[in-house]
Amino acid sequence: MNTGARVSVFPQAEPERYELTSPPTHRFQPDRREFLKLAGGGIVVACVLKEVWAAQESGGSRRGFSEALPQEVSAWLHIGEDGVVTVYTGKVEVGQNTRTGLTQAVAEELRASPDSIHMVMGDTDLTPFDMGTFGSRSTPVMSPQLRRAACAAREMLIDLAADKWKIKRAGLVAIDGKITDPLTRRTVAYAELVKGQKLAKAIPAEDPLTPASEWKVMGKPQPKVDGRDFVTGRHRYASDLKVPGMLYGRVLRPNAFGAMLVSLDAREAKAMPGVTIVQDGDFVGVAAATPEAATRALAALRAEWKSSTQPSGRELFDDLKKNTVEGEGWEGRSDHTVGSIDKGRAEAKHQLRATYTVAYIAHAPLEPRTAVAEWKDGKLAVWTGTQRPFGVRTELAQAFRLPEDHVRVRVPDTGGAYGGKHTGEAAVEAARLSRAAGRPVKLQWTREEEFTWAYFRPAGVIDVAGWLRDDGAVTAWEFHNYNSGASAIATPYDIPNQHIQFHPARSPLRQGSYRALAATANHFARESHMDDLAHLVKMDPLEFRLKNLKDARLRAVFEAAAQKFGWAARSKSSKGQGFGIAGGIEKGGYVATCAEVSADAGTGSVRIVHAVTAFDCGAVVNPEQLRNQIEGANVMGIGGALFEAIEFENGSILNGRFSRYRLPRFSDVPSIEVMLVDRKDQVSAGAGETPIVGLAPAVGNAIFDATGVRLRSLPMAPKGLKV
Amino acid sequence: MTRVIELQVNGTTYRVDVDEETSLLSVLRDHLDLTGAKYGCGEGQCGACTVLIGGLPRRSCITRVGVVGDKPITTIEGLSPGGGLHPLQRAFLDADALQCGYCTSGMILTAAALLETTPHPTEREIAHFMEGNICRCGTYLRIIAAIRQAAKMLKEARS
Repeated sequence: MNTGARVSVFPQAEPERYELTSPPTHRFQPDRREFLKLAGGGIVVACVLKEVWAAQESGGSRRGFSEALPQEVSAWLHIGEDGVVTVYTGKVEVGQNTRTGLTQAVAEELRASPDSIHMVMGDTDLTPFDMGTFGSRSTPVMSPQLRRAACAAREMLIDLAADKWKIKRAGLVAIDGKITDPLTRRTVAYAELVKGQKLAKAIPAEDPLTPASEWKVMGKPQPKVDGRDFVTGRHRYASDLKVPGMLYGRVLRPNAFGAMLVSLDAREAKAMPGVTIVQDGDFVGVAAATPEAATRALAALRAEWKSSTQPSGRELFDDLKKNTVEGEGWEGRSDHTVGSIDKGRAEAKHQLRATYTVAYIAHAPLEPRTAVAEWKDGKLAVWTGTQRPFGVRTELAQAFRLPEDHVRVRVPDTGGAYGGKHTGEAAVEAARLSRAAGRPVKLQWTREEEFTWAYFRPAGVIDVAGWLRDDGAVTAWEFHNYNSGASAIATPYDIPNQHIQFHPARSPLRQGSYRALAATANHFARESHMDDLAHLVKMDPLEFRLKNLKDARLRAVFEAAAQKFGWAARSKSSKGQGFGIAGGIEKGGYVATCAEVSADAGTGSVRIVHAVTAFDCGAVVNPEQLRNQIEGANVMGIGGALFEAIEFENGSILNGRFSRYRLPRFSDVPSIEVMLVDRKDQVSAGAGETPIVGLAPAVGNAIFDATGVRLRSLPMAPKGLKV
Repeated sequence: MTRVIELQVNGTTYRVDVDEETSLLSVLRDHLDLTGAKYGCGEGQCGACTVLIGGLPRRSCITRVGVVGDKPITTIEGLSPGGGLHPLQRAFLDADALQCGYCTSGMILTAAALLETTPHPTEREIAHFMEGNICRCGTYLRIIAAIRQAAKMLKEARS
């Protein structure tokens, strides 16, 4: 432990996974020798994490391996005798198109067509352990590992060709699924080379990779893998699966959070033919042959619940500030101090304090939580849409007191997640019903259940104070976030005196991850406040930011967005028109967004007319899918910026359905332009999350520009502008 | 209450033994295993369950199977009977007009109905007609572009 003077404590890559339970103590993996058995003939390359490899190579002790050992193989690939390349990774596809991006990565290094590559994802029996698909980690972490495995496979194929032709390997090249000898122009296909082979190789995570400047498959648009299955309805989401003899489940929900079951009268439901009723503690559920029969049985249950008084939305923000927790709760506090606020204040001419708030919002993936569970010989198989197949396996193993190797979780490509599907509630419930019924059970949550019994993006309160000189130099910055989270809480601006603190609090609602986590809230507060500071000294908001900013990559995206938007030449041609800019850094990505709004203070209407986002996530892997993610992030951001908010009272959600909870629709969407800043000299960062953070503050700043009113609460206009 | 109902789905006559109050969505998905139409909200608000009934886009989650009668139903599985891709399906792929794809069936079928009555819709007309369909991944602009592209393809096919 560092016990020096005051230490900056910013959480590392994954600060806010508060919906997660602690890591499992046992992780059973297929033994590496089993790989060939699983895979048949051909060649196999397993990617071994660097630290573990180093320890093995040096003959070092296996100290500390109790955690690390099962994770040593992070991914593996197999080239079969039919030439099909099968890649095994624990990552999952939830719409972010990582299946496509990872396919490109393997194709690139293997010098093979993407069509020849099949990804097996998120199957706990077949794929190596993976923490989960979150935190924008697939592109920066999994992709290089798969590339290394593919690279090693390519070298093995070259060796095999050299053996076959009895020549030296130097000079042989891999192109288009074949090894070619440029001197004699003979070629041999991978399929032919691996025929009759049973080669396995483990590799350290250090093989050379093809530099981005030489990419042929990566860096180019690649259509969504299996796209045809999605437009024809052929793809089977977890909710579309049917297994023989399957029943349909429903769960009886209490009338309030934390309610306890006092009594249950199930006589009427029990009299219904073919209905199974389960009561296990406070859990009550039914299973029946059709969804309608299950719903009828559920409706026939008479239950009495006892609940205690709980906080309501009206007092939320006071409650959060009053109920901070130190050293407990889901995540420790963080505290960061540079210089001295007093010193910075003394140097300043102006100061501005303000409080910002953000509401709880729902992920609302269009596919609600669904699972199909099947028991066979004491073993449990589950299909479900989750971002954490291995985490759900642990939940199931714990819930049913099974060894983890008795549980198999498979994740079909899933209908949206956005950070909202880290948990396995539906899987546990379906498995409980299935065990009682002795038949497989499918349980699909209703929309109301998804709104009520999943988890929300945290609400929060952010107190900000800034001090600055007449020339626009910010001399001191104080920033306190209560509850919403610590992601991107640090300011990217060069401010000599800072005090930045995250205060965890007791949340009245169940909360958890959300696309970009608290980076949205923290950017909203910071970039709104920076805008106010600029106006305080009558500086252009962009010029003001650049004056206080050294980071070259962030400056570059600000300038790129501003140029595309026509920031310098902007002029208001109509009443109610306004322009705003905002940006920041998160998860290795650099983002700036400009927005134009049309706001009518009289009628309260506000419309986002145009948005430009410039984004730098290092070397671009798939420009078209990246644009798609950036556009989608902006659209999703509109909801949280303008109108999405969970309303709750005394343990109940008041607006938990689409007719009461407004999501962005076609008419809400502005024209969106995306500027990709492709940095081939930089490692590729994940891009599904960070592009969401610029929109809300850019829109808030544009509303201010249009109306002179500063809106400091997300959502800013739930029922129109009140200005 | 239970009775056998005849349905015309994608050109085939099906006989299903269900209560007429059952939602068409459930009959399609759970009884006929046509799972292209999705459950999203159960109140006709998101459009994921959209199918064509007599050529008109209808929310199958709030349509009782008993009221369909002999009107022909088209689901995404039957949009392109020949097995190839309908121009809208082709255009959705070309424009990358999907991410998770869960809304895609409903989007395509709603758009198919639009193009029947309005072969050359403006962006505004598309947005207006499609307002009841939610894409939580936010690919709306790409969907608009795809529908316009499909309109062009259909026009070329006609001429």
